[in-house]
Amino acid sequence: MAINILYFSWVREMIGVGQEQVEPPKSVQTVVQLVDWLSAQSPVHHAAFIDRDRLRAAVDQVFVSLDAPLGEAVEVALFPPVTGGC
Amino acid sequence: MLTVLVQDTAIDSAAALASLEVQGAGAVASFTGLVRVDDGVTGLELEHYPGATEAALTRLAEEAMVRWALSAVAVVHRVGRMVPGDRVVFVGTTASHRAAALDACAFLIDRLKTDAPFWKREDRAGEARWVTARAADDEAATRWGSGS
Repeated sequence: MAINILYFSWVREMIGVGQEQVEPPKSVQTVVQLVDWLSAQSPVHHAAFIDRDRLRAAVDQVFVSLDAPLGEAVEVALFPPVTGGC
Repeated sequence: MLTVLVQDTAIDSAAALASLEVQGAGAVASFTGLVRVDDGVTGLELEHYPGATEAALTRLAEEAMVRWALSAVAVVHRVGRMVPGDRVVFVGTTASHRAAALDACAFLIDRLKTDAPFWKREDRAGEARWVTARAADDEAATRWGSGS
């Protein structure tokens, strides 16, 4: 199933695009499995995702932990810890 | 009344404050965050996750509304390019009494830092650098208990 992946902040800059459509295999069931699969796709993905402590995720626009299931996710966002407010 | 705005134009805090003075309420509290001149910061850029940002801010505003029985909440967050002195964020709350208005305002500004998808990049000496999240912000957000 196709998933729309969004990247923000330095994750977006390292990967070089803000968005991409991917079709991971059925064995990819959780966010961290998706990150592992993406990491194997190219050296830039691998470099962007190497430090998992600095990586956060949202599934269909809701913040989740990296071990969360993907379910029927249409949109997954990967980004660093947020730094809004003041 | 619940207002959530994410905008790339200047925040009119006077208008936002006036909108919070609803009939019958006794207390309005507000917080305005400005771009600081920290160690020679000359500019700031705020990136966000369109759609998810508004949803996260609305969830927080609704939680505050219920928890402190507020009659009005306004959260206005700037995105895009800013310079020192510009308003980054405005949070305002309206309640019957001051304690509810002040506590709800503090809750919103603490939780907004950890729960809404914004990322800051500072310009310093001609170089742009992404701001790192601070552990102190996580602690400030945690003191309000886990989200609903």
